Amino acid sequence: MTDEPLLRVRGLTKHFPVRQGLRATGLVRAVDGLDFDVRPGETLGLVGESGCGKTTTGRMLVRLLEPTSGSIEFDGRDITHAGRRELRPLRQELQIIFQDPYASLNPRHTVGRIVAMPLQVNGIKPPGGIKARVQELLELVGLNPEHYNRYPHEFSGGQRQRIGIARALALRPKLIVADEPVSALDVSIQAQVVNLLRNLQRELGLAFVFIAHDLAVIRHFSQRVAVMYLGRIVEIGDRADIYERPQHPYTRALLSAIPDVTQLGPAGRIRLTGDVPTPLDPPSGCRFRTRCWKAQDICATEEPALVPRDGGRQATACHFPEVAAPIFEEVPS
Amino acid sequence: MDSSEPSPSGDPDDRPAVPAQRSDQDAYLRVHDLRVRFDTEDGVVRAVDGVSFAVERGRTLGIVGESGSGKSVTSLAILGLHDPKRTTITGEISVGGRQVVGLPDEEVRRLRGRDMAMIFQDPLSALHPYYTVGRQIAEAYRVHHPKANRREARQRAVDMLDRVGIPQPARRFDQYPHEFSGGMRQRAMIAMSLVNDPALLIADEPTTALDVTVQAQILDLLADLQAEFHSAIILITHDLGVVGQVADDVLVMYGGRAVERGSVEQVLRAPQHPYTWGLLSSVPSLHGDADADLLPIPGNPPSLINLPPGCAFHPRCRYADRAGSRSRTEVPELRAAGADGHLVACHLSAEERAAFYAEDVASVGVAR
Ligand SMILES: Nc1ncnc2c1ncn2[C@@H]1O[C@H](COP(=O)(O)OP(=O)(O)O)[C@@H](O)[C@H]1O
Ligand SMILES: Nc1ncnc2c1ncn2[C@@H]1O[C@H](COP(=O)(O)OP(=O)(O)O)[C@@H](O)[C@H]1O
Ligand code: SF4
Ligand code: SF4
Ligand SMILES: [Mg+2]
Ligand SMILES: [Mg+2]
Repeated sequence: MTDEPLLRVRGLTKHFPVRQGLRATGLVRAVDGLDFDVRPGETLGLVGESGCGKTTTGRMLVRLLEPTSGSIEFDGRDITHAGRRELRPLRQELQIIFQDPYASLNPRHTVGRIVAMPLQVNGIKPPGGIKARVQELLELVGLNPEHYNRYPHEFSGGQRQRIGIARALALRPKLIVADEPVSALDVSIQAQVVNLLRNLQRELGLAFVFIAHDLAVIRHFSQRVAVMYLGRIVEIGDRADIYERPQHPYTRALLSAIPDVTQLGPAGRIRLTGDVPTPLDPPSGCRFRTRCWKAQDICATEEPALVPRDGGRQATACHFPEVAAPIFEEVPS
Repeated sequence: MDSSEPSPSGDPDDRPAVPAQRSDQDAYLRVHDLRVRFDTEDGVVRAVDGVSFAVERGRTLGIVGESGSGKSVTSLAILGLHDPKRTTITGEISVGGRQVVGLPDEEVRRLRGRDMAMIFQDPLSALHPYYTVGRQIAEAYRVHHPKANRREARQRAVDMLDRVGIPQPARRFDQYPHEFSGGMRQRAMIAMSLVNDPALLIADEPTTALDVTVQAQILDLLADLQAEFHSAIILITHDLGVVGQVADDVLVMYGGRAVERGSVEQVLRAPQHPYTWGLLSSVPSLHGDADADLLPIPGNPPSLINLPPGCAFHPRCRYADRAGSRSRTEVPELRAAGADGHLVACHLSAEERAAFYAEDVASVGVAR
């Protein structure tokens, strides 16, 4: 792993105008100034509650959405506003997997055709022919290569997600953005797909931006983790930092709210009240302050910057970070 | 709806009835040998195939299993919500001593909403978009309290909104469902379900669509309300973490059958069925070795039209051959698994299960 990032994101922002008739009446601040890097072969987990901007971020990274401002550098090239033609070679190296495998697969196309599509669109002729390459891909993701001629509806949810993964792998990408790839699957099938993605990452040296709302899934898949709240990253760090030494109150609240299967009885002690405010009118200062039990006056007036503590790799956007206690005093046995 | 007659004894799947729990006799809800079948174009769907359990007031039963295992069909049968023209239901369902199977529609309707109520995953399926939230809750109250006047019903609805933690309940009373956030809608539906103080509450994936911080609030709320109203609760979920947090007892379903049943400690701490082991080792945890692979259950859940013969789990069970050919030929009965009240449907002996479970746990590397 080199230290040169594969993906370099600075100040990435997406505001959606809200219109009534022809008049713009407001702005949804869906994503508001994200900074992060992803190094080759590394997985960055992007986690947060619904509406915090994960999907919008993922779609900007693969340029399905045009950023409002900020920059995206991929493999040393600025791709923030790259046009169609400039994007073409990039499409091969940067792929996306969606949450709903069914909606992203054309029901009238065979699996073979679906997986072959990226090769054909990009005019790629694999040495042994397209069919051989597609069957190799199907095998790689644990599908029967003989099922080349079947249609998406003939597959289960987990198998459909594998088809989506095979399609994403067709062009040998360097980075895959996976937007909630296992959220719609039963746990047993979810574990199959998580293991598959982990193996692919190890064997093919892929980098991932892995988006999920489930912190436990993220933990099993990511070396780095970024926690989002209302369009901002509130904390980012190595996996051990985030799960064992979280400093942001929101990270701690999220971890505390998860009913973990290894613990019986009522879960953690931290309870947030209320819902996430609307990104149409986010709170001034720290966006988390309306639900934060540590909020002081300064939190309403000054937005805390995402700053690293102790020169380390963990950065927290909070005026009063928790630096003392680890979150889990003891691991139950 | 078929009456509560036992199925004809020549029926090949007329398996021996399940032993009754000791507490069954005084439980508020008793389900015995419940079978639910749908006739479809593709064939007969045996969605529930001989399931028994009981829930006392003040206790929570968690029902877990992959999607399509018959959880929702079970709960809809208890509430009498299946279309009798397309559904064959046999067995016993007793709610507060009244037999629901075969009861005329009108009488089931009287039980529903007053003695038993349901919370769904999607509150919008229970709340009508054209009426204010408060009016719908007040109506639900008046249906079962015909003597209550408008003002009393309104007061009761406002009290319930307040009780489930909705701020400014009197103002919220006059708002429409779309003016509520997801978590608030879920609270409003809970308020509506509980407005008549039902003794039995069935919650089908009540928090699946919610964010974890809101899920935590709703689970806390259900626990508080249960302590206050002493209701019997069935919580259906695919999330074993949720079950571990709120359930007293657990029923594990596979292919429309009960494969394991016991207290939450028994089922989650000393699971006996290979399917339960598979569920547990599939779940990513916040503890233990994050680099260890998860241990998924191979394959997919079975079709309920064409269940595998013998133990329905055998095509996915890594221990199927260890129990000899019986796994493939003989449906295992739910029988005592050792500890008090703990039941399992598996041909393996207690010693074999203990040894294989130790193997399973060791291979995941998670302390459970
Ligand atoms: N096309 C759009 N127009 C207006 N608002 C949008 C659009 N897409 C997303 N949003 C809003 O942006 C916010 C972030 O959405 P999203 O990125 O989907 O969040 P997440 O994936 O974290 O759930 C939400 O408030 C959402 O309603
Ligand atoms: N009304 C119906 N007609 C035919 N099949 C049904 C009907 N309702 C449910 N099923 C089938 O019964 C099985 C069990 O469904 P369900 O109880 O909803 O599963 P879950 O455990 O996910 O709640 C599924 O295979 C489902 O397709
Ligand atoms: S900056 Fe203030 S309001 Fe924001 S998380 Fe920190 S303490 Fe809470
Ligand atoms: S009966 Fe056989 S196939 Fe079924 S769970 Fe037990 S060992 Fe596995
Ligand atoms: Mg999303
Ligand atoms: Mg269901």
